[in-house]
Parts: sequence; structure tokens; C-alpha cells
Amino acid sequence: MTSYAPTTDQEREAMLAAIGVQSIDDLFRDIPPHLYKPPLDVPEGLSEIEAWRHLRALSEQNLDLDHYPCFLGAGAYRHYVPAVIGHLVSRGEFLTSYTPYQPEVSQGTLQTVYEWQSIVCELTGMDVSNASVYDAATGVGEAARMACALTRRRRVLVADTVNPLYREVLQTYTSGPDIEVTTVRAWRRDGTRLIRSESLADAVDDSVACLIVQQPNFLGWLEQVDGLAARLKASGAILVVVVSDAVTLGVLRPPGEYGAGIVVAEGKWTGGPPDFGGPLAGMFACRQEYVRQMPGRIVGATVDHDGRRGFVLTLATREQHIRREKATSNICTSEALVALSSTIYFSHLGKQGLRDVAELCLQKAHYAADQIGALPGYTVATAAPYVMECVVRCPRPAAEINRALLARGIIGGFDLGRFSPELTDYLLLCCTELTTRAEIDQLVHELSAID
Amino acid sequence: MTDPTISSNGTAPPKMANSRGIFAGRQEPVPLIFEMSVPGRRAGSLPPSDVPAKPVDELLPEGERRRELNLPEVSELDVVRHFTRLSKRNYSVDSEFYPLGSCTMKYNPKLDENVAGLPGFRQLHPLQPEQTVQGALRVLYELERLLAEVTGLPGVSAQPVAGAHGELTGILMVRAAHIKQGRVRKKVLIPDSAHGTNPATAAMAGYDAVTVGHNRRTGELDFDDFKAKLDDECAAIMMTVPNTLGLFERQIVDICRLAHEVGCYVYCDGANLNAMVGQVRPGDFGVDLLHSNLHKTFAVPHGGGGPGGGAICVTAELEPFLPAPVIVRHADGTYGFDADRPDTIGRVHGFHGNFNAALRSYTYILSLGREGLYDVGANAVLNANYLMHRLKEAYQLYVDRTCMHEFVLDGRTLRDHGIRTLDVAKRLIDYGYHPPTIYFPLIAPEAIMIEPTETESRETLDAFADAMLAIAREAREEPERLHEAPHVTPIGRLDEVRAARQPDLRWRAGTQRKAAATPAEARHEAAVQGRV
Repeated sequence: MTSYAPTTDQEREAMLAAIGVQSIDDLFRDIPPHLYKPPLDVPEGLSEIEAWRHLRALSEQNLDLDHYPCFLGAGAYRHYVPAVIGHLVSRGEFLTSYTPYQPEVSQGTLQTVYEWQSIVCELTGMDVSNASVYDAATGVGEAARMACALTRRRRVLVADTVNPLYREVLQTYTSGPDIEVTTVRAWRRDGTRLIRSESLADAVDDSVACLIVQQPNFLGWLEQVDGLAARLKASGAILVVVVSDAVTLGVLRPPGEYGAGIVVAEGKWTGGPPDFGGPLAGMFACRQEYVRQMPGRIVGATVDHDGRRGFVLTLATREQHIRREKATSNICTSEALVALSSTIYFSHLGKQGLRDVAELCLQKAHYAADQIGALPGYTVATAAPYVMECVVRCPRPAAEINRALLARGIIGGFDLGRFSPELTDYLLLCCTELTTRAEIDQLVHELSAID
Repeated sequence: MTDPTISSNGTAPPKMANSRGIFAGRQEPVPLIFEMSVPGRRAGSLPPSDVPAKPVDELLPEGERRRELNLPEVSELDVVRHFTRLSKRNYSVDSEFYPLGSCTMKYNPKLDENVAGLPGFRQLHPLQPEQTVQGALRVLYELERLLAEVTGLPGVSAQPVAGAHGELTGILMVRAAHIKQGRVRKKVLIPDSAHGTNPATAAMAGYDAVTVGHNRRTGELDFDDFKAKLDDECAAIMMTVPNTLGLFERQIVDICRLAHEVGCYVYCDGANLNAMVGQVRPGDFGVDLLHSNLHKTFAVPHGGGGPGGGAICVTAELEPFLPAPVIVRHADGTYGFDADRPDTIGRVHGFHGNFNAALRSYTYILSLGREGLYDVGANAVLNANYLMHRLKEAYQLYVDRTCMHEFVLDGRTLRDHGIRTLDVAKRLIDYGYHPPTIYFPLIAPEAIMIEPTETESRETLDAFADAMLAIAREAREEPERLHEAPHVTPIGRLDEVRAARQPDLRWRAGTQRKAAATPAEARHEAAVQGRV
């Protein structure tokens, strides 16, 4: 067994004597005796060598993306993580520090959060950002609640092209406070063609708090967003935009430019490996006038008594530890270290690097689409421009295609039959800068070999 | 008993060491990464496109494209130095003792970090076919079983990613269970000693938070007030056990029984589970739901404010309401997701929760094993009582009773000298310690809440106690030194009023560097003043 407690038997005896009791049991007299020290059905502890062997063996039971080509996106994206990130975020001073409530001994964390907030604002075109929420999915839930609080309305519209998992979390987050969520149809099928809806705002009326759209949407397309914000504003509603991979913001116009009031983005894939989907880190940004309804921690710059610049947690009167049941959210612990990885990522790539990564994704996805679209029986949906994910109609159910690909050592795309029963023959394929031409060519070859 | 002041000479703080990192005295601010930007400078490299590149105009219409992006332009060494310098302005468990009550800042084992870094875990897409992620699913499944055993609550989901997230999950499950049984409930009872997340959670779940008082003599829930407020409109009572004064609620069995008699569920805030690990199981005393902060009890590093884990543990009765999907072990020994859960509250996270944090907790629990888990609670409570014993003369206690894993000192002890808890906290920094949790719980004015955890040694506890005693002496003899503290940190006390009244929440392009104009000038100034 392993123990991380340093106290020896002799020290324990001395400490008990100092306290003035006979035994450890004496310290637990407040616990009902019949419940004290229950037998635990937990295995004997492992030495470090044994634990390492066990865990390494479990890790090797997985097919990991370092060894298998994978064309899954659908809300989780694998980008290259520059070597500097792991070295910097594993420094004990970042890794094992607490939430920066004591600013004099937490300037490191506080300044990195201020830098993260600045980067999030630059990327999204918004005025202010918080220190992170759990992920984009819960961010959507928080945004809906925030929009309802700002507008004093209880209806939320969400496009059905928003990631279905985000929409599930939205349902959960709005189930308590009696918020009505209505799904707006944003695509339709015309024969074998998929068509983008041009009338997202038609469902908006004076009872609506916000409309939530994803850009690019779950099908990889750019949603038609021009004029949306103006239509919403006329009804007193807020446009909420969610971005499932912040890399796309390297080439796409920031949501602030087309009138978003609240922007949520997933910040995990920029600086972190996929990690089986967690921990993630939600970017959460909004317009200046909404800041006092924003959930989560916020860091601000100020000065000490000698005028030296320093950073503190601020506007805390929105938060649970001050406002209790009147807080804007119950969120406390968030995803600081993931946000730090992302901060380092954007600092390292810089303005040109991020654009270059995004453009590589763009080129690879279009190359893959062109190659697959040339195969007999396959067609690529061309409803709208896309960045790194495209919808492909297959000659057979997507689930069968994926099974055949897996048998050939390829983790295929996302089976859109899981998204909509109308789309069982459709695959959502993703390429990033890590996808090689050889992998795409192998995918095309294997697809052509499936009969 | 030893003289508590013996290791201090009465003038120099026993641990003050001006030569060490964060305690090295005032330093110039580190420029923002944006302020280091030089047009055209780059870090890193990317390969050329290996596919035939098309003009971007053809792929993305001009109107959809970004025109401007103000990210920093810096070199790789700039990045490494910048973040390394910032790291040195942080306090951390790896370097120092954190006496933070309610936070359980225990040692985070390095083996767990290595495990969390295994490519076979890190390089997994969350939507991969189940048969390709059997090892990962087994980790989550077995962690959930281990947490069920430790808490005595058989239904577990590791999907919630933080304590407050676990609370929301739990109270939404309570809501779903009442609705399923056709019961209309409006209120959630919350002791006045509770964490702020409890009432905030109740409100988020659509309930009215009703405060229950405490007994000033015992420090426990006011049983009469509880009985007066408990009725069939109560959906749940949210109990923190041990409570935030670090005291075990001796009437918890009766509280649970009375609540159940009116169909009210008992939610246990598991923030203080570290005291109970191996000693008592919340499920055994009648709790219906509990969240476990994996970043407290089960050693996931706090990361400056996350990621953590907030696994929710519930009774068999409430199991059908767990977030979907749940992880199951099939008859053939394979693992998978089960999303066919008609009573589920739904999903609470985009994927499967903080898998990489869960992995650390799984490794931690397997390493400790049964005996090791017993030792966690035992040593945590021993350390807290030892430290409390050393300090309770100089700083009084709100309730003088055997504590569990933490205790709360009464900062009003020093009030006559014009000293507030904040002053003690800031002066502790001069002695090389992160302050304890202060001004919480709210029921204890001027609270100083201390939790040493089981991984600290007796020497560490003694040195900390010496510092606290020295400060109590200073408060009487030279109180002005406390008002001005901290003296040894890179910056002094910050103007928090200005931060809130004139919010400066981000860098903006075109703003000038406000501190010393260049690093060279800052260094020159520091050298002249004898600090380098």
C-alpha cells in the first residue's frame, strides 16, 4: 500500500498525548458508535510500481489517436499541442495552487486569467469575458439563464443545428427554473440534398429571451447569421453564439461583428489533447452592459498602495459566496488549468499561427471532401461553406461504413443517424492540421473498397 | 504540554525568509504577454500543406472571414519565460503548506500526474466506439464503484465536474424524484453555516432557499428551528457533514429520519468528506445524495481553480435519476454507456465529465487501498485536533469541542488591539504561509478556518502554530505591523474597490505598458534599490 501521510506511530502517540486523548478513536466519539469504522470492500493498496503497471495496462486497452487515423469531430477536435504547454502547465506552482482568493500570493494565476480574458475577447469580438465555465455545453445553459435574467423573459430558442449534446445540457440546466426551450428547425432535407434554413429569426417574438445558434453549426456549415441580431434586437432578445472549436475563430469573423450579445466557445482543443472529452474549458464572453449578470469568476487589474499594477478577483457580488441564492450562478471551481493551457496556446501561435492552423484544417477538410465526393455513391453536402467538418452522404448506412472502417484500422466519422433519423446514411467527417494526406488517401481507398 | 511560543524568539518571525521566490519582496509587475508583442515575431512552426491548397477565397466567402486578430506576437522563449515568471508569483502545495479550511489542500501525488499523461488516455476522442475505449470506461466504472463503497451510496455518476456542479445535479435529481412521485415541493432547507453554493444551487434548480439556524453552544444545526421549518413543502435539506465549523453533526441520524418522514431528501455537501473517509459512510447515517469533490478528498490538484470533479453519489431509490448516459458493465465483462434511462435528469456535461481528473482519483484510491483510506480520515482529524490544541489559547474557538478535519478560530480575540482577521491573514503571508480561509462560515464573525489535511507533518504544523502565536503576540505589541502586511510579497495589498468601481477586465490593442517601460529599466531600478 501507498501512504502519503508522514506521521509515524511515535509521532501519533505524542500528538494524541498533547491533545490529551488516548487514541484516534477518542477523536471520533461524535460519530454514532454503530456507524463508526464500517468494513470497506476496497482492495488492498498498491505500491507505486503496481499501480503504474495496472494503469498503463488499462491505457493500452484503448485505441488512441496517436496510432489510429480518426475522422471524428462533432464537438471534440484534435489539434497539435505545442511542447511548451505541457512543461509550463505541469509546473507545481500552477498545477497545485488554489483559487486566487489571496492576490498577494496568487499574481501568477491572476495575471494568466486576465490574459485569458483578453484573448477570449479578441477572438470573439466581445467586450468582457470570465475566467471560464465548465465547458461549452454548460456555457450554453448558463447563457440561456443569463439571457432570461437580462430580459426578464422565460423562453429560449435554440437552432436544431446546435450540437445535440449541448442541447441536452441546455434542457437539464433550464429544467429547474421553469424556462421553456423551443427548438428551431435550421436545416431540411430535399431528396438527397440538405438545405440550410434562411429564416432562423422567424420564430422570434416579444416573449423570447434569446436565440442560440452555433457557428460553424453541428453539421460543419456556416450558419446564416447576417441580419439575425437586428431581428432579435427589435424584439428585445439576445443573440447567443456558441463555437465548438476556438481554432475556427482564426479564420472566421468574430461573433461580435454580427451582433452576438453572449458568446460561448470551447477552449479545450486549443492547447489540450482530447482527454476522452474532459476536462474541457468553456470560454464565456458578453457585451459590457451584461457583465453584472455574467456567471463565474472575473479578474480585474488594479494597483497596490504603491501604485504597482496587480490583479484581483473582482465583481464578486455576482457570485455564490457573496450573494448566495441571489447569485448569477452557483459556479465556483471552474477549469483554470485548461484555460491556462489555452492561454499559452494562443500566445505561442500568435496572430499568424492561429490563422495558419485554421487554414490547414480548411484545406485538408476540402481535400478530403473532394476525394470522397469523387467516389461513386458518395456525395458531399454543399449547403454552405465549411471549415473543417463536412457532411457526406454514403451509399449505405453510416454505421455500417464506420464498422467496416474500424475493421481496417480507421476510426471513421460521426454517424449522423445518431443526430437525426433522417440522416442514417450521412457521415460527419472532420480533418484538422494533424490529419495527413496519407490518412485521407487511406480513408478514400478503404471507402472505395467497401461494397 | 510544550510551551507554544518556545520556538519563537519574539522578534523575528520564525519562518520569514526574504530570499525565497514569492516571499522575495516587492517586484516590478510582469508585463502582459500582449505588451511583449513585436510585430512579425513568431513561435513554433507548422508543416506546409501536404494537400493541394486552394485559394482561401474559394473556400470561405470574404464576408465570413476575419479581418483582424490581435493575438501576441512573441518567440517561444518569450512564452516560456513569461509563464515561468508568472508561476513564480504563485503559492502552491508543492512548495508550501496551505492551511485553507474547507479546501482540503492535500498533497497531489506525482504518480497520478504520470498516469493522467499516458497517451492511451489523453489521445482518446470522447465519441470513439465503445470497443475502442474499454480501458477508459473501466476506469470510470471502477471509480464509481469505489466511491459508492466509500460513501455508502450505491448509485454514482462521475459526470459532474465540480462541487457546485455535483450539487446542481443532485438537487435536479431531487426535483425529478418528487415530480415522478407527483409531489409538489417548493423549498430547500439550508443551514446558515452552509457554503454559498448550496443556496445558489437551490435557486438554480428552481427552489426557494430557506435558512435554518445553528445552535451557538454546540455549533450544530438548531434542531428546533429545523423541526419548525421542516414540512411537506421541503424538497430537500442540504447538510454539510462535518459542518463548516469542522464539527460532526451529532443529530444527523435523527435529522435524516425526520426529513424522510415528510418525504424530504437529505443532500450532503461532500466538501468535508475527507474527515469521514474510512471512518463513517454518509449513506449509513441516512443521507440520500452526496457530491464528492475529487479535487479535495481524492487528491486531484486544484490547478489554480480547476479542473476538479464533483461525482454525485445517491441511494438506490434515486439511481434512476442519475445523469445519462451511465457507465455499465455488461454480462460479458465489457463496459459501455447506457443512455436508455427514462427517468434521467439528462446530461450535465458535454461529454463524460472530467475524465482526466477522475483518472487521478482512481489511481489515488487504488494506491491507498482499504488501509490507506482509513488512515486518510484518521490522520486528517488527528492533525486538525493537534493544531487546534496548540492555537486555542491564543485564539479562542467558537465552540470548544473535538473537531473533525478542520476548526474555526475566533478572530475577535484580537479585536481589542484593533486587529481584524484580515490583518492576521495578511501577516501570515510575511511568515511564509498562505492565509487560512477567512470570514467563512458566515455565522462566525472574523472566522479563521484552518484545515491542515493528513499529508502535513508534525513539524509543519508546529512551525505554522508558532507563526500564528507570534502574530497574536505582535497584535498586542506592535499592531501596525499587521495593518501593513504583507511586506514580503511581489505586491502589497491591492485596491479592490478600484477594481470593482473602474473595471479593467482585459487588455486592449493600443494601450501602453503601464509599469516600468522595459524589462531592462525595471531591472536597473531593482538593482539600484538592492533587490537583485
